[in-house]
Amino acid sequence: MEKTEIKKVLLLGSGALKIGEAGEFDYSGSQALKALKEEGITTVLINPNIATVQTSEGFADKIYFLPVTPYFVERVIEKERPDGILLAFGGQTALNCGVELYQSGVLEKYGLKVLGTPVQAIMDTEDRELFVKKLDEIDVKTIKSEAVDSVAEACEAASKLGYPVIVRAAYALGGLGSGFCDNEEELTALVEKALSFSPQVLVEKSLKGWKEVEYEVVRDRFDNCITVCNMENFDPLGIHTGESIVVAPSQTLTNEDYHYLRKLAIKIIRHIGIVGECNVQYAFDPESMDYRVIEVNARLSRSSALASKATGYPLAFVAAKLGLGYGLFDLRNSVTKETSAFFEPALDYCVVKIPRWDLGKFHGVRREIGSSMKSVGEVMAIGRTFEEAIQKGLRMIGQGMHGFVENKELKIDNIDKALREPTDKRIFVIAQALKNGYSVERIHELTKIDRWFLYKLQNIMDTSRELEEYSTLSSMPDELLRLAKQQGFSDFQVARSVFKETMVNAQTASMEVRRHRKTRGIVPVVKQIDTLAAEYPAQTNYLYLTYNGSSNDVTYLHDHRSIVVLGSGAYRIGSSVEFDWCSVNALMTVKKQGWRSVMINYNPETVSTDYDMCDRLYFDELTFERVMDILDLEQPHGTILSVGGQIPNNLAMRLDAEGVNILGTSAKCIDNAEDRHKFSSMLDEIGVDQPRWRELTSMADIDEFIKEVGFPVLVRPSYVLSGAAMNVCSNNEELERFLRLAANVSKQYPVVVSQFIQNAKEIEMDAVAQDGEIKAYAISEHIEFAGVHSGDATIQFPPQKLYVETMRRIKKVSAKIAKALQISGPFNIQFLAKNNDIKVIECNLRASRSFPFVSKVLKINFIDLATKVMLGLPVEKPNKSAFDLDYVGIKASQFSFSRLQGADPVLGVDMSSTGEVGCIGDDTDEAILKAMLSVGQRIPAKSVLLSMGTPKQKADLLDAAHMLYDHGYKLYATGGTCQFLADNGIPSIRVYWPSQPEMQPQALDLLHAKEIDMVVNVPKNLTPAELSNGYKIRRAAIDLNIPLITNARLAGAFINAFTSMSLSDIEIRSWDEY
Amino acid sequence: MRPTLNAVLILEDGTTFHGKSFGYAGSTAGEVVFNTAMTGYPESLTDPSYEGQILVTTYPILGNYGVPPRREKDDVSEYYESDHIHARAIVAQDYSWNHSHWQADRSLAQWLEEEKIPGIYGIDTRALTKLLREKGSMLGKIIVDGAPDPGFYDPNVENLVAKVSCKEVEEHGAGEKTVVLVDCGVKHNIIRCLTRRGVKVVRVPWDYDFTAIQYDGLFISNGPGNPDLVDKTVEHIRKAIAIGKPICGICMGNQLLSKAAGASTYKLKYGHRSHNQPVRRVGTDTCFVTSQNHGFAVDSNTLPADWEPLFINMNDGTNEGIRHKTRPFFSAQFHPEASSGPKDTEFLFDEFINLL
Repeated sequence: MEKTEIKKVLLLGSGALKIGEAGEFDYSGSQALKALKEEGITTVLINPNIATVQTSEGFADKIYFLPVTPYFVERVIEKERPDGILLAFGGQTALNCGVELYQSGVLEKYGLKVLGTPVQAIMDTEDRELFVKKLDEIDVKTIKSEAVDSVAEACEAASKLGYPVIVRAAYALGGLGSGFCDNEEELTALVEKALSFSPQVLVEKSLKGWKEVEYEVVRDRFDNCITVCNMENFDPLGIHTGESIVVAPSQTLTNEDYHYLRKLAIKIIRHIGIVGECNVQYAFDPESMDYRVIEVNARLSRSSALASKATGYPLAFVAAKLGLGYGLFDLRNSVTKETSAFFEPALDYCVVKIPRWDLGKFHGVRREIGSSMKSVGEVMAIGRTFEEAIQKGLRMIGQGMHGFVENKELKIDNIDKALREPTDKRIFVIAQALKNGYSVERIHELTKIDRWFLYKLQNIMDTSRELEEYSTLSSMPDELLRLAKQQGFSDFQVARSVFKETMVNAQTASMEVRRHRKTRGIVPVVKQIDTLAAEYPAQTNYLYLTYNGSSNDVTYLHDHRSIVVLGSGAYRIGSSVEFDWCSVNALMTVKKQGWRSVMINYNPETVSTDYDMCDRLYFDELTFERVMDILDLEQPHGTILSVGGQIPNNLAMRLDAEGVNILGTSAKCIDNAEDRHKFSSMLDEIGVDQPRWRELTSMADIDEFIKEVGFPVLVRPSYVLSGAAMNVCSNNEELERFLRLAANVSKQYPVVVSQFIQNAKEIEMDAVAQDGEIKAYAISEHIEFAGVHSGDATIQFPPQKLYVETMRRIKKVSAKIAKALQISGPFNIQFLAKNNDIKVIECNLRASRSFPFVSKVLKINFIDLATKVMLGLPVEKPNKSAFDLDYVGIKASQFSFSRLQGADPVLGVDMSSTGEVGCIGDDTDEAILKAMLSVGQRIPAKSVLLSMGTPKQKADLLDAAHMLYDHGYKLYATGGTCQFLADNGIPSIRVYWPSQPEMQPQALDLLHAKEIDMVVNVPKNLTPAELSNGYKIRRAAIDLNIPLITNARLAGAFINAFTSMSLSDIEIRSWDEY
Repeated sequence: MRPTLNAVLILEDGTTFHGKSFGYAGSTAGEVVFNTAMTGYPESLTDPSYEGQILVTTYPILGNYGVPPRREKDDVSEYYESDHIHARAIVAQDYSWNHSHWQADRSLAQWLEEEKIPGIYGIDTRALTKLLREKGSMLGKIIVDGAPDPGFYDPNVENLVAKVSCKEVEEHGAGEKTVVLVDCGVKHNIIRCLTRRGVKVVRVPWDYDFTAIQYDGLFISNGPGNPDLVDKTVEHIRKAIAIGKPICGICMGNQLLSKAAGASTYKLKYGHRSHNQPVRRVGTDTCFVTSQNHGFAVDSNTLPADWEPLFINMNDGTNEGIRHKTRPFFSAQFHPEASSGPKDTEFLFDEFINLL
């Protein structure tokens, strides 16, 4: 293959963020696009994920916000006629789609070359049977498994292998449908589920307790190979690598172990014929050099993104170049710029990756972690001791933990059991066990975690005990304080261990520690990540802070010419790639305007932590302490807090108190918007309406307030992101149950109760203001009625069904608020509208989740404008408004319920989606169809199961039911719905709930028999019976991979779309063609 | 806090690093060098090329997997690169007091204590490495609290090769073919790599005139220090070139073969001290990741007309091996025997054996 032949390349993205496939593919795709652009190649990108960086101006030449499915990809190929296609940069989604296109002959038909690893090699790694055979050819040991395609075969295989066994689904991302089974019953349940996702299921012997080690391997077409990084899982085999704490480089392997596995990895990649990058995962016996290859991923992966960030080696960029035909010897090390890209990075630091779970957001979900992935994000911490790195990391995951020790005590009933059966809290269970006097040996027996890691954790515990022996800072030896900092203790942890119960205000106590240690000269130093451990000089801007060092690698100019942008931290439910897009765009504007751009962030899945994106990258914590450490060194002109979501926003008051120059809206005004009381009285002052609410401290007060406003009410704590622990209560019973479960009402922990307005529209205002005057704005409407969290709602922009009067009022009220809060920068206000009455429900003086969506649909970059405002530059009002658009954008949410065993897939005031897409169409129907197909919905072939909720919801769905019937769909319906449909002249087949097992046909049976292609299940209310019946149906739909919609308005919109137009009516138009 | 003695590392330019003592609690001095390898401290410490040197490990955490047992197999050490530690001391950022590995029979600290080798940790090894990189290597001394100042010691004024080479002729392995191995400070894995391939190895001292022996091939080992101090060996190699039997050399062996051929060596601005050195086989698209530890290099421009470079370093373009254009003589500047480091170039032993 000659590099010059390729003029136009198609790149497949990974679509919406989901569990198992997240921001890492925005990073790898962006890198690949950069590599192609450098070669002067025209790039075409298909990715419906509108919030990504890769789908922004300047990355690909043509961007299609379309589903990454064979049908749409073929139509884009037909239109664009590219010469080559890249399949390895969009996760499993892109890979699977590519394999299908290859097998169906589409790639050949259009003369499309697969760049990089050949499809046959991909298939050899994806199909377990082929994979085992392939590695058998070179005598490499794999985990022997039996491929089965029925439950009966699975049981037979398992009894042959002996329990416990592990079940894996072929062609599935992130271990979907995988798990351990101790007996036949568990096996039957799991295999049935796995078979619904994949035609083939593998049963294999479990190697629980072995070490899990990975290598990232690169090969060029000249057969030159390198391993860029190896990584060791803290958790032994049995826990999916996406669920494990991972350490790079490996810590417990000898030179012999390391190079034995390295050599094997190279042997494997050569034999399979990878061109580009792949990842080899091993199970490694802790008592010998025996090993098994677990799997090979013939594509960029989460691990490769982590390896890139851990080493500074841009794997995706290099893989793209190799795909074009380059040799590794042609490429330079992009950090040193002088040395070759054919080398293996030497680390002089230790990296710890920790997953971020959000299991608390779901009802009914199982907390155990295992061979299937449940985490929604991850963090990477860098240190020069393991203790330092892991304590940093445990703070970074942002779930209220201060590190390994000095946390609020966990309530654990049975520590042995909690150690043996890992959950998302496992590391803190280890802390508790150590505290209770468990020995390293005992914990090792129960967890099989290598003793080395446990010894290190023991060190942290020992130091905390030693700190606790002191009760004043002045009596504490400097050496001990320094040791604590070298082991990653935060000022807060030191404060808590020293001041104990006497600590009243955590912030002032931490400040006291900070001041004390600064006077004692105990401050961190800045180190570079240079890929060569200082062997050669390197001009690198990739930095981290550590207490394990005596001198800075960086010389500070202190010319106040830099602008620090605070990033968004770990991806989690409620904060993900959209804030990365905002951060990256802020950095680009800062740079364009002639300032040095400085980024602080610690999420390895992001583009903002690509050291190419800014002038200086601090891969470090976003805590007050660390941000102040960096600002002390950097002495910037100003700091931007408003583009990274809630984490930086929450620092506003404390940074302001230290005299930090916060660019944009002042900290005081941010507080006035965040503090419910201040915000509310301000709204009253300027005459803006809001739902009635009160902060209450006793049940009696709550009852009294409800007497005034009536049910339903929304009950929640103050200062929250994405509605954690919020709930709507419709009656006394629900209220009492919820308060008993979720909150202790007391003087110290007041509860906010607000009036909940039913059947109201929810409207978003995203805007940029300068000195209190709105410069640009976008009003969008939710398809669902209020009550679905705005992060889960389907959003339409520009609005299609809002009264002009409503729009005018929203504009007016927003202008008033912008003025009152003297906003300078991005902000978002959420409104409720009923008739023409509007009420404000929330206001954030920062960029919101929908900024990339509205910016891209409107084609006005709100972050660019906001950043200019924050830099004090004059900003003109754009000469264009949403009224000019002759197309519609729809933002739809991606849910990952299939990964969250047991979780009830129902939407409410608490956010549960893990990602989103944004699609553009000529009208609502086209846009919604594209969007729904992009988040994995399918147009049903012949039959739909309806259970349509309350009378009001039933009435809302009547038109849709008619459409289905008119289009020849076979309708199944549960009791009330069936009756309602009959009353309205629509025949349907009545099915029965699980609570009526004696009746036939059973809804569940039909689902299992694949008689139903789509389920519309709208929960009526929150009574236990309703929830339990509906839950079983909803959960079965998810587990059997049958499309499910639980909201009447959304179901109506989707049904309307696919009955009004067919797939072939969808126009294939790129972003720039709108 | 663990009760440990304080220790300082003082460089010849006066730079002082404060740390803590582990291993043997005595003072020492030597030439301070670094290596960026992330694994392999038992191999490095016993590598005779580190004779007289204080080893700085840039990977910050040391001692994780303890030390494998002292055992011999076929008359060479099973896990080490010689029968004792050659480095004078080891320097790290962080020492793991507790180790974990099924092969380990003691900790690094215990082993250092047994062999009376001091260790020091709590040192900013990155800052130290940057200093050493820019100044070349420097002399340094480690003074442990309560122990006397040993003064600086410059190993380079000594003939280190003479110090570490075997004193008598030894035989290893068995086979039809005989390979003479000139021991300039040979790593045991070179012996293992040869005997594993079914040849008899006759290991001779560095200054031994092996030309009297009937041999099928000559192998010149790695070794410490400046190649200019090993002229005696060079003389013998010249004779071997005249004899014409296959010759192979590694590291110091590459430099000595080059000198015998008539080329000269020089001190590198930035020495190669890592597991990740990229080399390219000249005239091909084939590249290898190699393990290296050297501060001197062969000047390719001084190679006589009938010799040519075999490998070049892809980072700085320096020589990584030479070969004769027509006769069976070649050598590598890197370590195909690895140990520690990647084993990608072990095939060079096959190429040598095939020539016999």
